Amino acid sequence: MKKRTAVLIIYFALLLLPIYWMLNMSLRTNADILGAFSIYPGNPTLSNYIKIFTDESWYSGYINSIIYVSINTVISLLTALPAAYAFSRYHFIGDKHIFFWLLTNRMAPAAVFLLPFFQLYSTFDLIDTHIAVALAHCLFNVPLAVWILEGFMSGIPREIDETAYLDGYSFPRFFITLFLPLIRAGVGVTAFFCFMFSWVELLFARTLTTTNAKPIAATMTRTVSATGLDWGLLAAAGILTIVPGALVIWFVRNHLAKGFALGRV
Amino acid sequence: MEKWENNKAWFLILPVFIIVAFSAIIPLMTVVNYSVQDIFGPGQRVFVGTEWFEEVLSDKRLHDALWRQFLFSGLVLLIEIPLGILIALMMPKRGWGVSVCLVTLALPLLIPWNVIGTIWIIFTRPDIGLLGAAINSFGVAFDHTAAPMDAWITLILMEVWHWTPLVTLLAYAGLRAIPEAYYQAAKIDGASAWATFRYIQLPKMRGVLTIAVLLRFMDSFLIYAEPFVLTGGGPGNSTTFLSIYLVKIAVGQFDLGPAAAFSLVYFLVVLLFSWLFYQALQNVGKGREG
Repeated sequence: MKKRTAVLIIYFALLLLPIYWMLNMSLRTNADILGAFSIYPGNPTLSNYIKIFTDESWYSGYINSIIYVSINTVISLLTALPAAYAFSRYHFIGDKHIFFWLLTNRMAPAAVFLLPFFQLYSTFDLIDTHIAVALAHCLFNVPLAVWILEGFMSGIPREIDETAYLDGYSFPRFFITLFLPLIRAGVGVTAFFCFMFSWVELLFARTLTTTNAKPIAATMTRTVSATGLDWGLLAAAGILTIVPGALVIWFVRNHLAKGFALGRV
Repeated sequence: MEKWENNKAWFLILPVFIIVAFSAIIPLMTVVNYSVQDIFGPGQRVFVGTEWFEEVLSDKRLHDALWRQFLFSGLVLLIEIPLGILIALMMPKRGWGVSVCLVTLALPLLIPWNVIGTIWIIFTRPDIGLLGAAINSFGVAFDHTAAPMDAWITLILMEVWHWTPLVTLLAYAGLRAIPEAYYQAAKIDGASAWATFRYIQLPKMRGVLTIAVLLRFMDSFLIYAEPFVLTGGGPGNSTTFLSIYLVKIAVGQFDLGPAAAFSLVYFLVVLLFSWLFYQALQNVGKGREG
């Protein structure tokens, strides 16, 4: 048992080491980083973070990312909930085929859809809007949401539905007041995954936006390509992209444990 | 328990159908359209049949990228799946340690993919990176921007660091679903730890491991942002994977026809291998349970 704990601690230390290194860099000025090699920040400074929070071209990237990720999570959940219910409760023509077809979208290389998306959204005049990125991310998030939610819903006995209908509940009323509370954990886990996959995606988000909806990830890649790049600033921006994810995990951590216990996702 | 027969359920999946049709069917049709035409400009297109497919399938650089991609995905699966299972077996079953482990494991998964690349540039650069400087201080020259081998090592390390937690989380979920009675029975029979793992834990994890292998195969096969940021496909073409090559053709050179043909072949390869993995994993389990 002791040996296990030691191995685990070493593994988690290795897992956190690259993140710690970026944190270290983010607390130092660029001259300091290039001047001397140091395992910890000798004279820590918040100047990199202050620059990001006061420069609009930086902080607007975070706001844009959060807006389209939120829109995507809401769309994915709202459309996936009724669909997942249908798949978990009913037999209908083509149900298995549709379910499999949905999953194949998860396997499509994002690069394949790049040009068609650009054309499609240009036609609808949606380029450089938050909604364009949110819709593009539905390609992989909606199928995933249906898949995860279906698993949770199938775990709820069907007698509950039958009893409710016998008691005279209409479908919407039953679904919202009785059924949703039962699959709270599932909704939490699904929201977590939708948030995660939309937050980390770069290719679509970068291609479909230019200025108004440009995500933070794209702002960072443009800094990389510029000459004389500022490692400290880049590291600070990177650290700030981890924060929303860390907050989301913290809020759903109990649901997450429960969700994983169901062996789904 | 039989499901209810009800074709009105179609109305419930209609929203999903519309949204996925908008973001998948229409674009896919456009890709098919491009792949059989030569486009000179708006309104000027010529039907060319299978010409682009022939060109793409005989492209030497595409073959190289494909083999590189298989090697990369293969190595990644070989390392991540056993390592992930091992870590999951060591994780505590209850108590405050569970939350700490889950949150730490989920952390790398929530970092944007290009930031993953940035983290590893900062971590492995020979001048400012902890790892790079450490290796160089042992007298071994290590520079992922100059030597192809070093670039590969860095990419594999990065991918293992990034995605093993997903395998661990899934394997852990599978382990938690095994009833305590199984372990008690194994104890009474005097089964060794290895026997417990081989005949109880591994078969019971089949479902989640199938998902883990499929997800890991798909995502490592489609990898784009991390190598793009870390190595840009170099040095030379040594880390140019399929997605990087495809984006080069489609956006860099704007060769729509070949890019579209390439896309379709790429998609079919992913589908085919995912299906093969799925079938293989299903059959392995059947033989064992009988």
